[in-house]
Amino acid sequence: MKNFSYHTAKNIKEATKLASSKTAYLAGGMTTLPAIKLRMAAYSDLIDIKKIKDLTGIKVSGKTLKIGATTKHADVASSKEVKKSIASLSSLADGIGDPQVRNRGTIGGSIANNDPSADYPAACLALNANIHTSSRKIESSKFFKGMFETALKSGELIQSVEFQIPEKSCYVKFPNPASRYAIVGVYVAKFKSEVNVAVTGAKSYVFRCEEIEKILSKNFSESSLNSLNLKTSGLNADIHASADYRAHLILTLAKKAVASCK
Amino acid sequence: MASMIGSKVERKEDKKFLTGKGRYTADINFANQTYAYFVRSPHARAQIKSVDISKASKSKGVIKILTGEDLANDKIGGLIAGWKIVSQDGKDMKVPPHPPLAKDSVNYVGDHVAVVIAETLEQAKDAADLVNVNYKILKAVVNTSDAMKSEAIYEGIDQNLCFDFGLGDKGKAEEAFSKAEKVVSIDLVNNRLIPNAMEPRASIGDYNPSSEELTLYTTNQNPHLTRLVLSAFNGIAPEHKFRVVAPDVGGGFGSKIYPYAEDAVVAWAAKKIEKPVKWVAERTESFLSDCHGRDHITHAQLALQKDGKITGLKVETIANIGAYASLFATVTPTYLYAPLVLGLYNIPVAFCNVKAVFTNTAPVDAYRGAGRPEATYMIERLIEKAAKELGMDRAEFRVKNFINKFPHQQCLVHNIDSGDYSAHLNKALELSDYKNFEKRKSESASKGKLRGIGFSTYIEACGIAPSAVVMSIGAGVGLWESAEIRFNATGNVSVFTGAHSHGQGHDTTFAQIVSDKLGVALENIELIHGDTDKGPFGMGTYGSRSLAVGGTAIVKACDKIIDKGKKVAAKMLEAKPEEIDFKSGEFVVKNSNKKKTIGEIAFACYLPGQYGEIKSPLPEGVEPGLKETAFYDPINFSFPAGTHICEVEVDPNTGETKVVTYTAVDDFGTVINPMIVEGQVHGGVVQGIGQALYENAHYDKSGQLTTASYMDYAMPRADNFPEFKIAYTSTPATSNPLGVKGCGEAGAIAAPPAVINAVVDAINTEISMPATSEKVWDALQNKKSNREAA
Repeated sequence: MKNFSYHTAKNIKEATKLASSKTAYLAGGMTTLPAIKLRMAAYSDLIDIKKIKDLTGIKVSGKTLKIGATTKHADVASSKEVKKSIASLSSLADGIGDPQVRNRGTIGGSIANNDPSADYPAACLALNANIHTSSRKIESSKFFKGMFETALKSGELIQSVEFQIPEKSCYVKFPNPASRYAIVGVYVAKFKSEVNVAVTGAKSYVFRCEEIEKILSKNFSESSLNSLNLKTSGLNADIHASADYRAHLILTLAKKAVASCK
Repeated sequence: MASMIGSKVERKEDKKFLTGKGRYTADINFANQTYAYFVRSPHARAQIKSVDISKASKSKGVIKILTGEDLANDKIGGLIAGWKIVSQDGKDMKVPPHPPLAKDSVNYVGDHVAVVIAETLEQAKDAADLVNVNYKILKAVVNTSDAMKSEAIYEGIDQNLCFDFGLGDKGKAEEAFSKAEKVVSIDLVNNRLIPNAMEPRASIGDYNPSSEELTLYTTNQNPHLTRLVLSAFNGIAPEHKFRVVAPDVGGGFGSKIYPYAEDAVVAWAAKKIEKPVKWVAERTESFLSDCHGRDHITHAQLALQKDGKITGLKVETIANIGAYASLFATVTPTYLYAPLVLGLYNIPVAFCNVKAVFTNTAPVDAYRGAGRPEATYMIERLIEKAAKELGMDRAEFRVKNFINKFPHQQCLVHNIDSGDYSAHLNKALELSDYKNFEKRKSESASKGKLRGIGFSTYIEACGIAPSAVVMSIGAGVGLWESAEIRFNATGNVSVFTGAHSHGQGHDTTFAQIVSDKLGVALENIELIHGDTDKGPFGMGTYGSRSLAVGGTAIVKACDKIIDKGKKVAAKMLEAKPEEIDFKSGEFVVKNSNKKKTIGEIAFACYLPGQYGEIKSPLPEGVEPGLKETAFYDPINFSFPAGTHICEVEVDPNTGETKVVTYTAVDDFGTVINPMIVEGQVHGGVVQGIGQALYENAHYDKSGQLTTASYMDYAMPRADNFPEFKIAYTSTPATSNPLGVKGCGEAGAIAAPPAVINAVVDAINTEISMPATSEKVWDALQNKKSNREAA
């Protein structure tokens, strides 16, 4: 671990003022701290944003559910508002990591990191989320840019994530037995006029599976996917799963998600 | 006092462990302490052209950087293989030199090249980045199956072959196969595992320049042997000036039986710089450089009569022992494996061939079960396959071939003293509700799941190692154990054992034995172990040996205490020693109410003054004090055995396999503390299921370990398991006075074949370990496409 200075920001303005290309915001620290300890990352300053009140909280208004960036997974999982509005998001949060991670890790941290196997990015894509930052609003379809890459600019701070409430939805994850991250995770969300199917774990970063969306938009049923064969090109292949297996899992989990949609 | 044997006494040691007050090596700190960080090879195989430390030496806080050349200059010896194996052609095994810091070549990723010692760990790491090693990268030998066909890693070791060991009568075995009415064959891979003790390895060297004494604090299961090896072979310090302390140790599973390169280097460096040197492994270092386990490829054949009677067995195994021959690496796939291939069956003839090969991977050594899990996996998979091919019920087929008269001399090595294999099989069949399996299978089928049931009737040879038995098959030495019972004048007792507890609960179990024998309350008994300056020389804990061998030494020392106590009591009670009975802590004159407690006797032994009319309680020729030592070399191995039955459910859509019920009925002979034993069974079983379904050490073609963290190496977790059904049967061992057989490794030995037999039963096609979801799904796809093609 290389030495760094530690700051506790009282408000968003103070946090962004301290930020530069050599600094990092610290929320749950679930990725940042291990990376520093393993010498995979080094920063001049860590800006702790956990004390900023404006960045936390859960609020339903009309057809959207807004979650503050530093809201912990455990709080999302146990929130009555979330359970009532988007139950699948509550169970997604309940399935991240272990109790320690869920009581430290935050939604903003998860999407800012954009791990190829993380769960929340799939929720963002499936639920047409808008990412509110210190300087703008970014549609989730334009937010996730590549492996561990997002549209965030240097020093830009996520403030909240605003999800559209679907008619019904379901997230099904097939966890890696080692890391418990998703080998493949499929988030199916049915809106009045569209069906979104977001997939995590299967490519270098989260994506929407248009082949499945097209079929489900016409006929939202498990059996409608029976004759589909997904292409394996572009899918991850590693010691945990081949591209063939991942393609098979995407389809299998999508069917399961459709069958369990509420 | 009620008997302590068989009592569920709560573990004495849990208070400190559960309240965070354990004192592990990493918790120990000294004034002026320095920090070591190892420069390790990033390559699986390379020549070292040069090591340039000039820039690193100038880095802030650096005290010393030591390399393989410094080590050679100081004439520090290499790490040794403890047992010599002789090949079938009569030639000795071949082993390469294993310097604690490499000088000319590196032979696996993680191999030690240099050590940087600095004032802080961060400074040591910063400087390590500046050590410039010029490597000439060579093509690595990685796979067990290719090793003998690949380029020789070491000069003079053709085919990368360490030895070609044979056990049994080859001619007779061939004859049995030529006459066989049926032959069943199987090809197996016993996957490589990484031990993953909860506490990573750590060592601290502390040298006292005034007394010239060197102390090594280290995470070790076997401190006396570690001192002996480091002293006699590495030349770190003479034994009488060298103390090895293994304080609280958080799990070992075999991986901490012996000294590692880091132990030798840290101790040597501390003496050199005359400052304490501390090293604590990071988890990645544990993955890379702790000795791994298993890694066998085996082809085995069973000769049978049509009626299901087994007439012969042939086994050919290639064992990957990694880049160097670690201390127990050569005994694990030979003495601890080959005699056990017979399982608990009456097999009249057998031959087992083991070829041990070197590869550019981490050294492979003993890991929970050491050789016996590999043997059991082989025979139990083969037995199950044979039963299916013969169309016989798997339980009936086993019973037909069980050894059923004891003692039984097996055709290879072991003379099995006791057992009742049908007893634990029947109990397990009942407990697992075997007769209603088909009903459960159709219930699973109605949910779209494939259900399978698998058996494992195992035997192990524990209580290692009776010198007479192991020397009869060529081993140079066996392994005994020591104990010392030291009464203090006030009547409480210090018990010293050469065994070492790193999770086994010896503090409690051994105290129960002493309490039972001497009638002293548990809270007045303290077990002391893990420090070469305190107790007598001992052989440590592994191979389920502590109770059968170390426990017996304790019993023998207790008997000596009682003998002496009787003499003293006789004098004090004005009787003859043969008139004294000892029971429940009291010396009583037969047919009288005249008695002395053992506490009174201890006091009298230490303060032998005037006792009423008696001038001294000590009879003539009896020395003061009450302290006795015993060394015990076992007369035979002990043979725990049992039946484990596993049921799995497979989701054919994803290949995901879940253990839905698990039954273990074990015969450990006498059980001292059933609660601790149950914990050992749980731990062993989850490790075994871990091997069967999740764990796998994987090297890529270039020799990089791709499973070097918990992100990629799948450890089993509590939510992977159902509640286990556990029961015991008991046929006490006749080879030790306690009748104990050993329990620590049973689960890890029994579980893998039980699980895989269940998976094979569910999917009706062969599968290798670990049976991951993808592998199971693949196997089902292949079966489907084969069927469609047909």
